[in-house]
Amino acid sequence: MSQKLLDLLRNRFASDILETSSLHGDDTAVVTPSRWRDIARFLRDDPDCKMNLPVDLCGVDFLDRDPRFEVVLHLESLDLRHRLRLKTRVGDRDGDGAQVDSLVEVWPGLNWFERETWDMFGIRFIGHPDLRRILTYDEFEGHPLRKDYAAHRTQPLVPYREGPDVLDKQEPFGADEGMSFGRKTFGSDEAPETEVS
Amino acid sequence: MEPIDQEVDETTLELPSDPMQLLMGPSHPAMHGTVRIVLDLSGETVVRADVQIGYLHRGFEKMCERGTWSQCFPYVDRCNYASPMLNNVGFALAVEKLCGITVPERAQYYRVVMGELARMADHLVCTAAMCMELGAFTPFLWFTRAREMIFDILEEETGARITHSFARVGGMAQPPTDHFKPAIRAALPAVLASMEEGLSLVERNRIFIDRTADVAAISGQDAVSMGWTGPCLRSAGVPYDVRKAHPYLVYDRFDFDVPVGTRGDNYDRFMIRMEEIRQSARIIGQALDQMPDEGPVRIDDRRYVLPDKDEVYATIESTIQHFKIVMEGIPVPAGEAYGFTEAANGQLGFYLVSDGTGTPWRVRIRPPCFPIVSTLGRLITHRMIPDIIPTFGSLNMIGGECDH
Repeated sequence: MSQKLLDLLRNRFASDILETSSLHGDDTAVVTPSRWRDIARFLRDDPDCKMNLPVDLCGVDFLDRDPRFEVVLHLESLDLRHRLRLKTRVGDRDGDGAQVDSLVEVWPGLNWFERETWDMFGIRFIGHPDLRRILTYDEFEGHPLRKDYAAHRTQPLVPYREGPDVLDKQEPFGADEGMSFGRKTFGSDEAPETEVS
Repeated sequence: MEPIDQEVDETTLELPSDPMQLLMGPSHPAMHGTVRIVLDLSGETVVRADVQIGYLHRGFEKMCERGTWSQCFPYVDRCNYASPMLNNVGFALAVEKLCGITVPERAQYYRVVMGELARMADHLVCTAAMCMELGAFTPFLWFTRAREMIFDILEEETGARITHSFARVGGMAQPPTDHFKPAIRAALPAVLASMEEGLSLVERNRIFIDRTADVAAISGQDAVSMGWTGPCLRSAGVPYDVRKAHPYLVYDRFDFDVPVGTRGDNYDRFMIRMEEIRQSARIIGQALDQMPDEGPVRIDDRRYVLPDKDEVYATIESTIQHFKIVMEGIPVPAGEAYGFTEAANGQLGFYLVSDGTGTPWRVRIRPPCFPIVSTLGRLITHRMIPDIIPTFGSLNMIGGECDH
């Protein structure tokens, strides 16, 4: 059933489907960012697809790849009971130029998901009606889920209190604390204050 | 009562005509959870609502990228503190999907029973809070009493009341205790009785019905396009339940109903949760009958499962294995997988990307209440301020999950 879906996409959008795979029962299609919205609209409207439930949209940062980010969209059809993972790749190695069409007009439920992806990864969604930060605050610098954003970096909106009687507020954890053995670290060789992604 | 300004010519009054802005939250006595709503009001009617979340953002996904796969379990516990067992099992299933593991049958039944208990507890918390915020304090006490009975069982099994961290990749941390089945069989009727007693106080209550029925209704089609899942979607008449549509664990062996509503309003959402508690009790009853009393609850694969402690202290192989799993993490093969389960509030998904090391490359949680809360602004627009309270309550926002 689901292989049929991938074949359908390949027939319809030939060269815009970069690769397809079916791993662990999840069918995946990687598409070019320029046709992102067209393919989404096709998946929603075509009677053989009927992808009416936007399940999830998120980003993944592959630091040493070019394009660097993947935007991952999970879709499901409640009528036809099939699922699909749609991916596109955006952004250069420095994370610049990461942008893709917004899908809010196709599935309004993706509004907050796209805001979150912008907030966490700095991937811009063109045509989004209200692309503000959602989980962090407006004054926040950088995008925390990028791999080059050091995990122990803090940006308190209200400064830490000072004074001898106040319990010294410390950084929540050290650069390597909680790291598993032999793990490659990103961004922690720079001082937390100066590092902006 | 006659309006007092009946004879007043409004053109001569110097009253402000701009909408008034009201900031509700992030810590508001009539709402649970940390959410802030910026309301534009015309009189007492909401003309625009901007729902702002993120006050409980703790960087769950970033933290998961630091430790090993097993170290994620305490984090997923704290994502949904109303039904952590469901999150535990959901994450374990997602990692197992990536590893290609199937846990022993006894563990599957164990997960089902524990998960359904957690689902009952979650629904009880949600409905209790909703009743209390509408001024009905007695049902709150009755539901909470029922929940405490469930928590007693979970505490007996896992050692912790709320943050169990009990699931493992490849099974459960411990086998069921000897009195697991009798304890649940004894407690379930009392839980249901307490719930029905609480429900009978609001079921036909005029105030309760007036404030919930036909308030903040949504159509099934709208709910689907907004990404709703779970009880909230079913209240709008869409019979979608992951346990039926894509059965996992042993859910295809049970006979249970998926309740659906008709109008998708607050009353339906409340009643769906009540009915789901009864259905969960049915599932637990069947699962206890079918569950084997003997057998392992963890797979026998040393790459994924910690060896028993007496072996660790006695043999060098087990010591090495213990160290490798603790220091390096379990060897999850490179790849990606989306594991999804029916949590108490809807489809709970974990999208995992592994680069083949012991640490996750990316752990993405798909919180069920995130798309639901994103619709809150739309539901309360053109309604009165008092309607916000039951609407917010019936959507069951879990701050830890919604804000990641």
